[in-house]
Amino acid sequence: MSVKQKILVIGNGMVGHKFLEAMTTHSDADKFEIATFCEEPRAAYDRVHLTDYFSGHSAEDLSLVEPDFFAQHNIRILLNDKAVSIDRKAKTVTSENGETLSYDKLVLATGSYPFVPPIPGHKRDNCFVYRTIEDMEAIRASAQGSSVGVVIGGGLLGLEAAKALKDLGLTTHVVEFAPRLMAVQVDDGGGAMLRQKIEDLGVQVHTGKNTQNIEDGDQHFHKMTFADGDIIETDVLLFSAGIRPQDTLAREFGLELGERGGIVVNDHCQTSDPDIYAIGECALSGGRIYGLVAPGYRMAQVTADHISNTGDNTFTGADMSTKLKLMGVDVASIGDAHGNTPDAKVYTYVDGSTEVYKKIVVNSDNNRLLGAVLVGDATDYGNLLQIVLNDIPLPEFPDALILPQRDGSGITGLGVEALPDGAQICSCNDVSKGDLCQFISDGATTLGDLKACSKAGTSCGGCNVLVGQVLNAELEKMGLEVNTDLCEHFPYTRQDLYNLVRVEKIKSFFDLIEKHGSGRGCDICKPTVASILASCWNDYVLEPEHAGLQDTNDRYLGNMQKNGTYSIVPRIPGGEITPEKLIVLGEVAKKYKLYSKITGGQRIDLFGARLEQLPEIWRLLIDAGFETGHAYGKALRTVKSCVGTSWCRYGQDDSVALALEVENRYKGLRSPHKLKSAVSGCTRECAEAQSKDFGIIATENGWNLYVGGNGGMRPRHADLFATDLDKETLIKYIDRFLMFYVRTADRLQRTSTWMDNMEGGLDYLREVVIEDSLGICEQLEAEMVEVIGSYQCEWKTTIEDEEKLRMFQPFINSEKGDSNVVFVEERGQIRPATSDEKRQGIKVVSL
Amino acid sequence: MTDTQWIQICQLEALPIDAGTAALLDEGKPTEEQIALFRITSTTQGESTIFAVSNFDPFSEANVISRGILCSIGDELAVASPIGKQHFCLNSGTCFEDEDVALKTYPSKIADGQVYVQSSELIQE
Ligand code: SRM
Ligand SMILES: Cc1cc2nc3c(=O)[nH]c(=O)nc-3n(C[C@H](O)[C@H](O)[C@H](O)COP(=O)(O)OP(=O)(O)OC[C@H]3O[C@@H](n4cnc5c(N)ncnc54)[C@H](O)[C@@H]3O)c2cc1C
Ligand code: SF4
Ligand code: FES
Repeated sequence: MSVKQKILVIGNGMVGHKFLEAMTTHSDADKFEIATFCEEPRAAYDRVHLTDYFSGHSAEDLSLVEPDFFAQHNIRILLNDKAVSIDRKAKTVTSENGETLSYDKLVLATGSYPFVPPIPGHKRDNCFVYRTIEDMEAIRASAQGSSVGVVIGGGLLGLEAAKALKDLGLTTHVVEFAPRLMAVQVDDGGGAMLRQKIEDLGVQVHTGKNTQNIEDGDQHFHKMTFADGDIIETDVLLFSAGIRPQDTLAREFGLELGERGGIVVNDHCQTSDPDIYAIGECALSGGRIYGLVAPGYRMAQVTADHISNTGDNTFTGADMSTKLKLMGVDVASIGDAHGNTPDAKVYTYVDGSTEVYKKIVVNSDNNRLLGAVLVGDATDYGNLLQIVLNDIPLPEFPDALILPQRDGSGITGLGVEALPDGAQICSCNDVSKGDLCQFISDGATTLGDLKACSKAGTSCGGCNVLVGQVLNAELEKMGLEVNTDLCEHFPYTRQDLYNLVRVEKIKSFFDLIEKHGSGRGCDICKPTVASILASCWNDYVLEPEHAGLQDTNDRYLGNMQKNGTYSIVPRIPGGEITPEKLIVLGEVAKKYKLYSKITGGQRIDLFGARLEQLPEIWRLLIDAGFETGHAYGKALRTVKSCVGTSWCRYGQDDSVALALEVENRYKGLRSPHKLKSAVSGCTRECAEAQSKDFGIIATENGWNLYVGGNGGMRPRHADLFATDLDKETLIKYIDRFLMFYVRTADRLQRTSTWMDNMEGGLDYLREVVIEDSLGICEQLEAEMVEVIGSYQCEWKTTIEDEEKLRMFQPFINSEKGDSNVVFVEERGQIRPATSDEKRQGIKVVSL
Repeated sequence: MTDTQWIQICQLEALPIDAGTAALLDEGKPTEEQIALFRITSTTQGESTIFAVSNFDPFSEANVISRGILCSIGDELAVASPIGKQHFCLNSGTCFEDEDVALKTYPSKIADGQVYVQSSELIQE
């Protein structure tokens, strides 16, 4: 019997978990028996996105663990259990809860802990660090009822924490000991620009401040006194003064440590005891601690490979370049940002009006890039990083890399084409250009698909622009430049056609195909153009020039069923309905023997109406005050709601009233695909707003807006777009968001795929919709107002027009109905007879 | 073939342009059939042509062809089934996606502003 090798991991953080994943993907994974101690109450989660916890992401959202991961791979996880001693002779580890597990190989993945400077008073209540979900919970609780927050430390994490405090509604200060912000990453010039930008956002920055004492305040909970005598009072105090490797176990049990801490490891991540490895932020490799997740992931892979004897992968250092968005400000630092290399030369570019700062560091021969700092505009990050990493020769005048390209000439020869296949494009997920090219040639030809299968761009998102560039370049090279023509009749994309219709004020399909197309159109371009015309001019869809363009559902204002009958879905805004109206629905259904069902969209669907019955039925419904529900259209469908404040004991705001308002505002808006929305009254989210194209959740301070959610075939969790909005701003953002979608999406592209394919992603969308970076917001709002103003209930218009009603006659030359439409009874209602049933002449329901 | 074998269906002007309409052929007779009429206008002269095919969609087994969208595929005119989106050639009835499947086609003509389709009684003989 072969004995399994015992692998024990201490710490189930980001890197520890990556190691487990790497072990399970090895072909001989069943040769190992794996267990892990996890000090925290939950298994690994995404610390990088910890701040999202404040903007509505739950602990589950942040989890990095695939469902059933531990059970499926037979890995034992000991939650809430801290390893406290190692017996290196007996090869066992004992935990706080008294468990002793033996190991053949031990992996330390204990991460690091926040350093709290020993200032008198640092242990007072309402003093926090920023590392775990529990920290977030404590900070949030303390922020309630507080008004001022201070972050000690103006580094990367400190600024992120400051943003969180600001978002929690506190007046926020950042106190930094060094003379500038982000001292590690950026230089003086960049730091100054960063400071200016951050102060513009309402966060007060104090640099060169040495905190000496913290004690009871007069107006607020704490009073902080600085070496220069200044004081600040605050309620909440957050320390973000750097991290220290969590090396206690290694220290106590005799492993070699660095002078200033960190567990010394070799290129295979082995410590001074070859059966013990250390990975992630606790490891000291080549004299350095790597406080980023990407190098940690590499170490995890190297260790897994070494333990399972596969390949001779080594870890010999990693690039520490970073790109971040801090409070909406782009900041990036690459390589030797400070120009420490002997004889390095520096070029800087400062644009005081838009507050952009760029600096590059080049070698003494002026032909290699060593480093860079970007503040305010980091679009060059990907390119510059690749130039450094791949040692690509510079153009004759290196400053061209950062000077604005106003004449549109662009820098030639330094695009993604110049990169070797080995160039790492996504450092978070270790995806090289070669990997991407492989996925592309295997068929991932949209940005969304490429990201989904390669994982590139799905963590920090810093590489998104570059991933897009590789995709485009590859498609072009393969001659496979995806044909974006809508169909054989129009050599244009949907976006192009939309713009042509708008700009040339084209009002009919006939005019459009005459001017810009060929042939007679088809079932792709006709409905697409019909939808564009409706989005722009909102004409009645059954006007003679539009009717033939519509998909059958739109043409007969109902959804065609498998036997050629139609369904009837009246609008029930927000799902709210009076008993009287419910009774009308029941009576109509009974009269026409319609199959009745409550839909998944909080309304009622009546099925089995024959063509000729549609107008009569709708007349009854309209008389009772119903309107069309557009269940047949690529248009706004339902806005679901939960009961909200009027009834629910947890409600933060009136979700029903808002859902009604939103549904009534956007009803009739035709769009590239159907649109769904929901409004929940509190974070319990009973209306499932986070699975909608746009969803709204009430908070204590206003409304949170989510966009890009989807149920259906490929569910997508919506992205939090903006928080704590008042209603006016909320509606304004939705107007803009929807019209921007209508303007730029492809045919039949839901907002979710539209978002996934958007270069620059959520940040870009925010820039367009919130910051108006394209200067189109006024226009978008005006277009929306026009659509809203021209709303009509299509069924009402139809039943009032004798001419139109003729369309619903089954035959132009007969009064008869379709004899092929027959129903059988099931559970007390009708359903279409199957072909077999028809052939067998089964008993049918007489109508 | 004499003129009596043509069955008058309706006035041309009663048919929508570039779209389909259903009609009953041989109503009340054993050969009664549902057909789909498509009125096509030439883009330049505004003259109309009529195509008549069976209204029965062989894929969904429902009478819905008249409610499909009119298409041009290369030089051919076609209709897309509103249920499964298969395309059928209006001239030959053949399905573009599956050559073994075809819609029945019926000779048709326009005379004196009236639309005529040939009785299927004749076709069966
Ligand atoms: C009636 C209903 C099912 C039910 O019995 O509950 C339904 C029925 C249909 N759905 Fe649905 N969907 C219904 C709720 C949903 C939901 C749930 C929701 O809205 O909360 C979803 C998932 C949410 C989403 O869309 O993100 C849903 C995802 C789909 C999809 C997949 C969309 C996607 O992006 O993946 C399709 C196919 C499509 O649209 O291309 C679809 C398409 C259809 C069609 C139109 C299929 C068709 O072409 O015949 C069905 C015909 C409706 C009819 O004849 O009236 N239906 N469908 C629900 C009507 C809701 C309403 O009141 O309007
Ligand atoms: C707010 C925030 C933002 C960040 N943003 C970025 C970013 O944008 N980009 C980036 O690259 N990095 C970022 N980081 C850093 C990144 O999160 C870390 O590099 C990464 O988490 C390191 O992984 P790790 O597994 O080494 O440590 P951790 O994720 O900290 O995991 C260590 C785990 O071990 C547990 N543990 C320790 N001792 C024991 C013991 N004795 N017994 C049992 N369990 C133990 C700890 O409780 C912890 O759960 C950010 C960090 C924070 C806090
Ligand atoms: S698969 Fe879904 S959308 Fe299609 S008919 Fe069934 S329930 Fe409706
Ligand atoms: S570099 Fe972070 S997601 Fe690609």
